[in-house]
Amino acid sequence: MTVTATTTETTASEATAETQVEPGKGMRFVNWGANYIEDRTSLSGFVKELGRKIFPDHWSFMLGEVALYSFVVILLSGTFLTFFFQASMTHVVYDGSYAPLKGVGMSAAMASTLDISFDVRGGLLMRQVHHWAALLFVASVGLHMLRVFFTGAFRKPRELNWVVGFVLFVLAMGEGFTGYSLPDDLLSGNGLRIIDGMVKGIPIIGTWISYLLFGGEFPGEAIVGRLYTLHILLLPALVVAAIGVHLILMIVNKHTQFAGPGRTQGNVVGVPIMPVFAAKAGGFFFIVFGVIMLVASLVTINPIWNYGPYDPSPISAGTQPDWYIGFADGMLRLIPPHLETELWGFTITWYILIPIAVLGLFIVLVAIYPFVEAWITGDKREHHIADRPRNAPTRTAIGAAGVTFYAVMWAAASSDLIATHFRLSVEGVTHFLQAALILGPIIAYLVAKRVCLALQKKDREIALHGFESGRIVRLPGGEYIEVHERLSDYDRWRLVSYEDYAPLMVRPNAKGRITTGTKIRGVLSRWFFEDRIAPVTRSEIEAAHHDH
Amino acid sequence: MATFAHRNRRSGRRSPLTSAALLLIGLLATGGAYAAFTATSSADAASQTQVTKLTEEGEKLFAANCASCHGLQAEGTEDAPTLIGVGAASVDFQVGTGRMPMAASGPQAEQKPVQFTEEQIAALATWVASLGPGPAIPDERYLQGDGDLAVGAELFRINCAMCHNVAGAGGALTQGKFAPGVVGVSAKHVYEAMITGPQNMPVFNDANISPEDKSAIITYLQYLETSTSPGGLELGSLGPVSEGLFIWIFALGGIVAITVWLTAKSN
Ligand code: HEC
Ligand code: HEC
Repeated sequence: MTVTATTTETTASEATAETQVEPGKGMRFVNWGANYIEDRTSLSGFVKELGRKIFPDHWSFMLGEVALYSFVVILLSGTFLTFFFQASMTHVVYDGSYAPLKGVGMSAAMASTLDISFDVRGGLLMRQVHHWAALLFVASVGLHMLRVFFTGAFRKPRELNWVVGFVLFVLAMGEGFTGYSLPDDLLSGNGLRIIDGMVKGIPIIGTWISYLLFGGEFPGEAIVGRLYTLHILLLPALVVAAIGVHLILMIVNKHTQFAGPGRTQGNVVGVPIMPVFAAKAGGFFFIVFGVIMLVASLVTINPIWNYGPYDPSPISAGTQPDWYIGFADGMLRLIPPHLETELWGFTITWYILIPIAVLGLFIVLVAIYPFVEAWITGDKREHHIADRPRNAPTRTAIGAAGVTFYAVMWAAASSDLIATHFRLSVEGVTHFLQAALILGPIIAYLVAKRVCLALQKKDREIALHGFESGRIVRLPGGEYIEVHERLSDYDRWRLVSYEDYAPLMVRPNAKGRITTGTKIRGVLSRWFFEDRIAPVTRSEIEAAHHDH
Repeated sequence: MATFAHRNRRSGRRSPLTSAALLLIGLLATGGAYAAFTATSSADAASQTQVTKLTEEGEKLFAANCASCHGLQAEGTEDAPTLIGVGAASVDFQVGTGRMPMAASGPQAEQKPVQFTEEQIAALATWVASLGPGPAIPDERYLQGDGDLAVGAELFRINCAMCHNVAGAGGALTQGKFAPGVVGVSAKHVYEAMITGPQNMPVFNDANISPEDKSAIITYLQYLETSTSPGGLELGSLGPVSEGLFIWIFALGGIVAITVWLTAKSN
């Protein structure tokens, strides 16, 4: 499978290693160590295999790495924080060095977080590193997912890895939420109160679940300890496991790559992990680490000292969750109030149930999208060449609609800040976003699809007739023409090599019947593939060349 | 002059001259209110004439600048409420922060550059106070910023943060109204805002929050203004929204730029 341009290079470097005379002392020790480990584990085969993994060199393939490296930073800084944090809601009186909270009663969790911020050397920096890295982690996972989506890299054989990645995204949100709820400050307490409200809105079992979660009436004395267990034990274990599976599957499936000369469904062109990529990756880790450190040392995040200890009565204007929970908060803000039904003495709170249903449906759709698309298109082939988004107009349009839907919910979470900063009324902003939640995705779908088709047409033009050179030439007859510059074969390759699909034919099955399922599928497939621009064929190119 | 006063406020100290001026205004205003109702003793005859002069000047200023909306005797019109009984503090706050005279009609009267001198404001306040008893200009001793910091912080979180945000950065109210940021507002105006409850702000009278506690709140606001942020840039103290935007635009944006650069080099 792996036909690499660099296999020869590896053997060459091995050869030079053999001709080397008398290795130095350090080298001899390394060799001895390598042999020692090899004799006991036979790891070398695996390392070799791993070392030959090829990494494509398009920038968008590095987003997953950003996520991985920020997770490493989270682990390192998080470990530091566990040394000083006390996950307890025991009541204490703060006596640290932050004057405006001196003598104020609070939980031990809050007091120890303040101590980390003001009295532990380097503590505040580590808190900020941890929190900023967490934000970056989820953001880079999100962007990575978008890259995978829009290039169709989730198609067979990578559907499972999409699901694993999706699970990671959800786990990351869980890690984030449990994490920022730990300090037991006013902001996080308000966040928990919202969760409590949502849980209680579930008919019949809601109140029971809430009591179970909080160990009694909200807020109780148990929640911080429980969240802590989730945050540092269960969730990280799951994240690490999921990352492991994700990476192994990535190695097994290999990377996708963009089309180009010499790049086929059967190979991956790029640099092998050993040694070039490993060196680059090591460097890149420090770049990501460096960016996080820079941000953390210059910019405040979650100033719990402003929020003060949690107390159920006060709430701050501009109370929002961290960005990755924002979409859920936004959905709650967008649902019209007063949607309730009274039934046999029970109140069914639609304004809680509908948001939960919408969010759940949205999340599930994201998770199962690869399977849905595969079913609609009936495409069972393996794909190792990444699509350019324009070459899959319907998918790109669906993605654009999804992104818009998410973005509107996200924006709604800051409706109050939008109102104050743009001098609008909160009601106006909310009503606008309510409309945008429904119309936005439709508009985004139509626009994205048109844009994709237009770009495809333009590509086709360029592939056939070259690009406009801007040079106007006057012919002897007096006619003016613009000279079109012919593309090099290399450049043309990128434009013309994509797969063409035709809508699925509705065919009777073995029993000679056309089932409803098949019919639906036929309709969906037509919708998916109807508007398309066929790729340029060889004969078309040749014909175009003869014209000139 | 303006910058000078501003700098003083920033450092949390007040020049003795300003204090003296404030004290004078305060005394005059309270005196003015009493003057309307009680017979004066001959001992204050000198200051009495002073007050009368201020009141007269205030009436003239009012007729010229405010009567079109509030009515000649401040009895109120369709456009604006009556000012009888709002007290000197209300006038001092509204005119001293530039909210009055109101300019454009919007969701709420907003701050503009102050249009009157200290003396003119004092005159207006004295005249309005003479119409009926109301909250007086606060006593200088509550404005020093020497109250209990922790108590002030807690009271601010409980009473004010739901509108003004925990860090005093301001927040949205309904129908396009908003609670402005309160960090950097002078101590006198903070106190006056609490006792007069401008527009959509509730009144916090002395039974709600005692003068000592008001002084504590002022102390906390001055602490927010003068202390440097322990964690670095505050991003407007707007919380997770500005943090989220920052991580996406600057951190992730920067890293993506770096990846583009890295892979471009290798081609
Ligand atoms: C354009 C019309 C207009 C002008 C001119 C105007 N005001 Fe007002 N004023 C208003 C309105 C309207 C309100 C009520 C705002 C609110 O509280 O919602 C108000 C409120 C006030 C209040 C607060 C009343 C309270 O209940 O505490 C004071 C004090 C005041 N004005 C003083 C003045 C003074 C002094 C002037 C002249 C320098 C002035 N105004 C000029 C329209 C005006
Ligand atoms: C119900 C919401 C609400 C609460 C609670 C509230 N305020 Fe206000 N506050 C406002 C509004 C609205 C304004 C703007 C009034 C105006 O523009 O006339 C304001 C104005 C102010 C101002 C003037 C700001 C400026 O820029 O001139 C200060 C100072 C202030 N408030 C302090 C406080 C303090 C201190 C508390 C707590 C004791 C408090 N507020 C509680 C709504 C509120």
